[in-house]
Amino acid sequence: MIAIRNLTKLYGSTRAVDGISFEIKKGEILGLLGPNGAGKTTTMRILTCYLQPTSGSVTVKDHTIQDHPLEIKKLIGYLPESAPLYPDMLVYDYLRFVASVREIEGAQADSRMKELADMCGINEVMHKPIHELSKGYKQRVGLAHAMMNDPEILVLDEPTSGLDPNQIVEIRDIIKRIGKEKTVILSTHILSEAEATCDRIVIISRGRIVADGATAELKTEAGSDYVINISLQGAEFDDIKGQLESIAEVNGVIPVRQEDGVVDFHVACSGSRDMRPAIYEIIKKNDWPLLEFHKESRTLETVFRELTREN
Amino acid sequence: MTNTINIFKKEFRGYFISPIAYIVISIFLVLTGWFFFSTFFLFGQAEMRNFFSLLPVILSFIIPAVTMRLFSEEFNTGSYELLLTMPVSPLNIILGKFLAATAFVAIMLMPTLAYAFFISFLGDLDWGPVIGGYTGAVLLGAAFSSIGLFASSLTRNQIIAFITGMTLCFVLTLIDKMLFFLPESLLSVFQFLGADFHFQNISKGVVDSRDLLYFLSVCFVMVYGTNLVIQEKK
Repeated sequence: MIAIRNLTKLYGSTRAVDGISFEIKKGEILGLLGPNGAGKTTTMRILTCYLQPTSGSVTVKDHTIQDHPLEIKKLIGYLPESAPLYPDMLVYDYLRFVASVREIEGAQADSRMKELADMCGINEVMHKPIHELSKGYKQRVGLAHAMMNDPEILVLDEPTSGLDPNQIVEIRDIIKRIGKEKTVILSTHILSEAEATCDRIVIISRGRIVADGATAELKTEAGSDYVINISLQGAEFDDIKGQLESIAEVNGVIPVRQEDGVVDFHVACSGSRDMRPAIYEIIKKNDWPLLEFHKESRTLETVFRELTREN
Repeated sequence: MTNTINIFKKEFRGYFISPIAYIVISIFLVLTGWFFFSTFFLFGQAEMRNFFSLLPVILSFIIPAVTMRLFSEEFNTGSYELLLTMPVSPLNIILGKFLAATAFVAIMLMPTLAYAFFISFLGDLDWGPVIGGYTGAVLLGAAFSSIGLFASSLTRNQIIAFITGMTLCFVLTLIDKMLFFLPESLLSVFQFLGADFHFQNISKGVVDSRDLLYFLSVCFVMVYGTNLVIQEKK
């Protein structure tokens, strides 16, 4: 449905997006994850023909963004971050305007607007000016805007940012309902949200893709790896590191804190076998006073942190 | 084409939703009314020449105030992103906004038609220059609107857009009054660039193709310039 190839966007000399390639199939809910400034919004803006890429190509169905932007815009409904709607217009007038631009006229527009008002729960604010609306209602009007012509592809940039927990659940339900028939791309930096709504997750960091896979796949991959947090007294870190890394399953020993003779560190392990007994054997052999010792399985969150860490 | 009309409708209504339209029209009517009628009875002639000679200067700061929000506000609130990602081309947006501003200027001029009817009761009014004057005023309004639109596309700050637009309009209005600074060989060129020069020609009641061509080319150049600026922003 959508193919993105080697997409690069430069702002001056900063690379906002740096050679991104991925594909989106019909009916997929794709989550674009990444820390702030990773290039999520820029990627979405290029996909919706708001920005031109510096290089690379984006193909939606058989159209490219350079040659047929209008055709692509007809296929895509887009909700930008924080829904920047016209503050002076009434909600009704605004949606009416969107309907006319989307070539929905007369009675058809009326019935479509009624449908959307019910779906997004904006019946009671229909005749209020947009600047009077709360953030949550604005977001819903933005969602109604994006779904006006029942588009095949929905692009939502942080659709739940600034909403209260109840509204977040409601918006997620709406997205899931739409996602049954439509292709949805949504960006977020809330991991639980991506886990709850998306079929597939692409993690972007500093303009590059660092992970791409089905949500379940990323999680099982993450599940087989785990971290052990240990705190020891009166031991040399280099000594500990040398001895622990002799175990095959240990991938690395990462120091966290060293003060007053206490050393805190993580031991990253791979494989499904629990390495705690083996590590404990080493500690016992050296007779290091043990202050803390616990295992933490890697969640999506730890995967995310590791992949997007600044260094 | 339909989308140009859709955007035109939205922008034109937008003027009347917010208080801008009413404030600008009031200021315009007070200013023209005051300056025109303060000398009208002294001359004691049933004509509107003085009204039309005032227009270029007054319009050169009224119109940038009308057009300053067209793009600047959209850039500032971010609504431009929503607008451009709907199935419209940048040219649809530019033309729609330009036509809306021009239509607004025409609406603003309409109440002053009352002056003409009022004067025709006082004496024998020659309608030729009046019709010419209004045709010229709409053309001048269109030209200044395109300049204001261009200024608005340059910045997200409405005040900068206003001052830039006003400066450009004033330069075009006053350029043919500054000719004594220039060498003789350049005189005709600079006179031809002056908006006031062409406007006064039309408001005599003679619609010359050169004057028409002048106003249309100002509109074309400015709309084209706006398009370049907008494309550059992508």
